[in-house]
Amino acid sequence: MRITSLFAAFFALLLVSLAAPSFAQQPVDPKPLIDQLAKANFSQAEDLIGKMAAAGDARVVPVLQAFTDGDLYVRKTDNLVFIGKTAGNGFELVEPLTGESAGQVAKNAVTKIKVNNSLRRAIRSAMGGLTLLSPDRSVRLQAADAVMRSPSSENLELIEAALAKETDAEVKARMEEARAVSVLSSDRSVEEKRDAIQTIKDLGGRNALGILNTISGSIDPALTADVEAAVAALQSEQQLWDMAQNIWYGLSLGSVLLLAAIGLAITFGVMGIINMAHGEMVMLGAYSTFVVQQVIRDSAPALFEWSLAIALPVAFLVTGAVGFLIERGVIRFLYGRPLETLLATWGVSLILQQAIRSIFGPTNQEVGNPSWMTGSFPLGGMTITWNRMWIILFSLSIFFALLFLMKKSAYGLNMRAVTQNRRMASSMGIRTPWVDALTFALGSGIAGIAGVALSQIDNVSPNLGQSYIIDSFMVVVFGGVGNLWGTLVGALSLGVLNKFLEPSVGAVLGKILVLVLIILFIQKRPRGLFALKGRAVEA
Amino acid sequence: MKFSSKLGGALLAAAMSATALSGAFAADDTIKIGVLHSLSGTMAISETTLKDAMLMLVEQQNKKGGLLGKKLEAVVVDPASDWPLFAEKARQLISQDKVAAVFGCWTSSSRKSVLPVFEELNSILFYPVQYEGEESSRNIFYTGAAPNQQAIPAVDYLANEEGVERWVLAGTDYVYPQTTNKILKAYLMSKGVAESDIMVNYTPFGHSDWQTIVSDIKKFGSAGKKTAVVSTINGDANVPFYKELGNQGVKAEDIPVVAFSVGEEELAGLDTKPLVGHLAAWNYFQSVDSEVNAEFIKEWHAFTKNDKRVTNDPMEAAYIGFNAWVKAVEAAGTTDTDAVLDSIIGVSVPNLSGGTSTVMPNHHITKPVLIGEIQADGQFEIVQQTPSVVGDEWSDYLPDSKNLISDWRKPMSCGNFNVDTGKCGGKGS
Repeated sequence: MRITSLFAAFFALLLVSLAAPSFAQQPVDPKPLIDQLAKANFSQAEDLIGKMAAAGDARVVPVLQAFTDGDLYVRKTDNLVFIGKTAGNGFELVEPLTGESAGQVAKNAVTKIKVNNSLRRAIRSAMGGLTLLSPDRSVRLQAADAVMRSPSSENLELIEAALAKETDAEVKARMEEARAVSVLSSDRSVEEKRDAIQTIKDLGGRNALGILNTISGSIDPALTADVEAAVAALQSEQQLWDMAQNIWYGLSLGSVLLLAAIGLAITFGVMGIINMAHGEMVMLGAYSTFVVQQVIRDSAPALFEWSLAIALPVAFLVTGAVGFLIERGVIRFLYGRPLETLLATWGVSLILQQAIRSIFGPTNQEVGNPSWMTGSFPLGGMTITWNRMWIILFSLSIFFALLFLMKKSAYGLNMRAVTQNRRMASSMGIRTPWVDALTFALGSGIAGIAGVALSQIDNVSPNLGQSYIIDSFMVVVFGGVGNLWGTLVGALSLGVLNKFLEPSVGAVLGKILVLVLIILFIQKRPRGLFALKGRAVEA
Repeated sequence: MKFSSKLGGALLAAAMSATALSGAFAADDTIKIGVLHSLSGTMAISETTLKDAMLMLVEQQNKKGGLLGKKLEAVVVDPASDWPLFAEKARQLISQDKVAAVFGCWTSSSRKSVLPVFEELNSILFYPVQYEGEESSRNIFYTGAAPNQQAIPAVDYLANEEGVERWVLAGTDYVYPQTTNKILKAYLMSKGVAESDIMVNYTPFGHSDWQTIVSDIKKFGSAGKKTAVVSTINGDANVPFYKELGNQGVKAEDIPVVAFSVGEEELAGLDTKPLVGHLAAWNYFQSVDSEVNAEFIKEWHAFTKNDKRVTNDPMEAAYIGFNAWVKAVEAAGTTDTDAVLDSIIGVSVPNLSGGTSTVMPNHHITKPVLIGEIQADGQFEIVQQTPSVVGDEWSDYLPDSKNLISDWRKPMSCGNFNVDTGKCGGKGS
């Protein structure tokens, strides 16, 4: 009994959603329109899309979706249009309106119907109008957005019909905004338009500004003052948000610098090794991520969302092991000879780069972004991208974990003892060579972890490390050698400084200015922001 | 003692064969050509592919019976993305290895570095990459696109088909983007675009933090006019740029980006689903529907033993340059530089988009301009194809160069003939 009533309700909804738009017009069979797409050029196709939208038959929605996705094909034998899905070496053809299978064909038996940006815009607008009454809440939200991006008088009627039926508060608000945009480009009365301007102003943000700017040229003279006032209000609001946005970008750049530099803060900062192969450790971490993702794609695609979490320990172990080998094989013979260390590690970096180039090839490798790392969300007038936000959180947690390890663990105590006074530490029974090797491995391992995060925002190519090595040294020297807090403050302040210079002087000059400022700063304070004090410094 | 001299000899031989690869004991029955592409360093990402393409073309020519009854032999050197080293390696190829012609270079900096060497030693360079123009040398053939074969048709497409009125010219800070943007700006302003509707932005090589610039582009695009980005951003910086575009939700339907340095190869490191609809302008795409292209792709996959390797525009330019040189040598009956320079002008060879390309007296070639939209599979959908366009070395839109023409046929034989003064020798070389 309950099930049947549910069914009934569902069908009623479906009926309403299918039938409502077609009350206005005579029902037109969309099939011939679809088949005309076979021979249409871009502008003819645009007309056809307009006619399909005007016919108001919701059955064309999947067809339009397939069109915009590039999945619409013409069968060469009879010039009929089908939705095609890749199946084996050919396509599985589906009847566009009924969804019935029309059999499988070879790739060369069909031609794809081309789609370009203006067609995609037309389809977006048409689909927006057609799906406003969809039973699915998220589809309705999308539809309202689509109508907002492509206002037209036909869409205005549709959205008003939809508004009358809408019950969900969020969808309703979105539809009100979409309606306001459509009102402004229609021939409605001045009063109605004035209300619409107010609605858009309340919406706020860059989009609202864009909408008002677009219509300001063609608006009724009686409303010019209203539009200008709204634009001015939005602009001054936007200026504050721009400031906040700049700080956010600065923190984000700073967190990337922190990630790149934090491993070096250990190998160079704590141990005093000028490690030119540090960037290559970052690169190895990124390639570990690539390999992990390859394995996951081949054997367990379901785990892809977790690929970064799996890559973290793998990258740490791989680069830590490589770091261990470098320390045992090269660096331990060169303690106290910084110039030779510099040359030797530079040589190692070239060897690692060319090795990766020989194994994986010189071209970029594709490291995918899990869905939680893609896209953005609005925060007031700013746009926050997910990948940057996770990277900020990630770099801070790495920093604090490392700080904890150094200050609170027995190993950290040994490490600090060895770096401050090697002979004393040795005479207290600490195995100093072993601590050296582990510390270098730790620094390299952390660089590897940084590589996992950087693979999400940068190229994964053999040159990845080179672009970070200068920045890393800059951060460590600026923050104060041997001081983790200095690295944190140094990285974040360089990031913010860079991002405040960039909008006014450009990215190229901004970078140069930052370098000049650091040189001047080092002249004044040769030991960086947070200089170590006490006898340890002299040793 | 004996042992060490033997060892020394072996080392020397190894070193020699390494520099000339297989060419150490070349006899007179081969014709050598030089391949001058970076196999290490930053440019290896793009140039390695061209080296492979050249080796494939040489192999194919040898299967067809070689050239003038002799086998062709490629001498591969690695200038390691180091511009002065390009000049050194070019000198080595010409003077030591005695190659008949050189195919190579990618960046304009490397081309400018080798230009004096080719003129001094009188050899021939085929340069297969799109470039900024404003140059014409007796010894260089530019088989890539000049600005009028790529940048200007792309801007026309956006203005006419997409109704773009506001332009962001974003590029990497070096000679190609700077010159191209100067030409584009002059061109747009000659079409009536106001200066306030053009935003020019440069970034350093390998720039990876695009947050501010993408947000500036969004801001510039919210002024109420249809906006597009014309990108001359160089190779490595593109992946983070497009990732940021995707993440900040800049859709091609709203603000399309047309790129001049992004091809199939560059997209290989990217998930292109968020980028569908952004554009690129080239003279060739792998998706070109022609028989000769299908054949070329098949051979490329067989040669590289990898059916995922993509083809791209500079490969087509290398293909045209190589075939034009072969035809010119056959016509001249010799590989002598002066004879080939005479016989190559007017030579027509098939290009991969189904037409033919002709070597013009200004050492540029004719080819069609294709505009493509990025697809979810990393390929391009061609949305416009122009008829063949002649490469214009001296841009008509820059005041310095609009009076200059280049014609290397006798009796003019001049790369910078000023049509106003009637004299050879204006700006440039």
